[in-house]
Amino acid sequence: MYGKKVKLRLTFLIILVLSLGLTIFLVLKSLKENVIYFLSPTEIKTLNELNKDKIRIGGMVKKDSINISNNQLLFVITDFENEITVTYSGLVPNLFQESKGVVAEGFLKDKNYFMADKILAKHDENYMPPEMIKKKGD
Amino acid sequence: MNFFNQNKIFLSINKYYRFILIFFLILSSLGLIEALIISPEDYLQGDSVRIMYVHVPSAWISLGIFSCMAFLSVLVFIFKNRNLVIIAKSLAPSGFIFTLIALVTGSIWGKPTWGTWWAWDARITTMLILCFFYLMYLLAWRIFEKRDSVIKITSLISIIGAFNIPIIKFSVDWWSTLHQPSSIKILSESKIHESMLTPLIIMTAAFALFSLLIFLMKYNTELIKIKNKGLDRL
Repeated sequence: MYGKKVKLRLTFLIILVLSLGLTIFLVLKSLKENVIYFLSPTEIKTLNELNKDKIRIGGMVKKDSINISNNQLLFVITDFENEITVTYSGLVPNLFQESKGVVAEGFLKDKNYFMADKILAKHDENYMPPEMIKKKGD
Repeated sequence: MNFFNQNKIFLSINKYYRFILIFFLILSSLGLIEALIISPEDYLQGDSVRIMYVHVPSAWISLGIFSCMAFLSVLVFIFKNRNLVIIAKSLAPSGFIFTLIALVTGSIWGKPTWGTWWAWDARITTMLILCFFYLMYLLAWRIFEKRDSVIKITSLISIIGAFNIPIIKFSVDWWSTLHQPSSIKILSESKIHESMLTPLIIMTAAFALFSLLIFLMKYNTELIKIKNKGLDRL
């Protein structure tokens, strides 16, 4: 039905798609550690050796864990399995709140203690007017 | 092919252009009133939620347009259909602009919400890559002059760039990213309140109409260019 050239071009495209798809799949799979933006406290716990480089950890700010003393902010990041204590001095974004997502950038002192030099608030996918949250609370 | 009779298309574009323009103006003013005045502020983000009504539709449309271009380019590459080339080429500029709008509004939203203008997270970085692919596609049309080679090169750029589309879509599910996962899912209840969903949908429709308008203008220009060169087709 179609000419020989059309079939050749179709074959070329199929091979291109297959090889490129496979390459991208393998590259992304092997680069997983670099693609993820932050580690969870559980992933920190399973680290074999302590990473001296700057890393990011993320999770929820544990309820009633925020403490401020001597311009030092102290709080706990949890993923509901493991926890890690974070210290930070500086400004925090407006959306930094208890029971909300957070990403901290800095250095690990040990597996339970993290010294952050930057705090980012992570917003979740929920969007609703303030009245709705009051209704939920009642 | 009668369907692609360019004189007929030319005339009908001029006929329908005004209707689409009026429809766009009505929808966009309705959408803006909904988004900026009627819809409530968010319980957490306050008024910065309103950036979403521009950001999300732009991102959707930029992905949609690139997918269309890639699909057309596959047909162009295999069957050497010269009419589809012009359609793909005319789609590109508005797709590029919407990618830029999505990146810029995302940055403006990120500063008050996350606390940073930019993060090298998977969603944002892949969106930047999409922007570069649009740019490569548009530049390739200017760089290469031989008709056959420019068609092949631009088609391949959009086909290769299409691999990025599912990565953009699923990046927030596959990896931990700073960017939140999508609030609207086809199979489950959406995580966005109805009063905020309505303006989002109206704005998406308005932006889609806008890119249709830009597409028709660009398509017309391309047809005129072809006529001026004295060719019956590209």
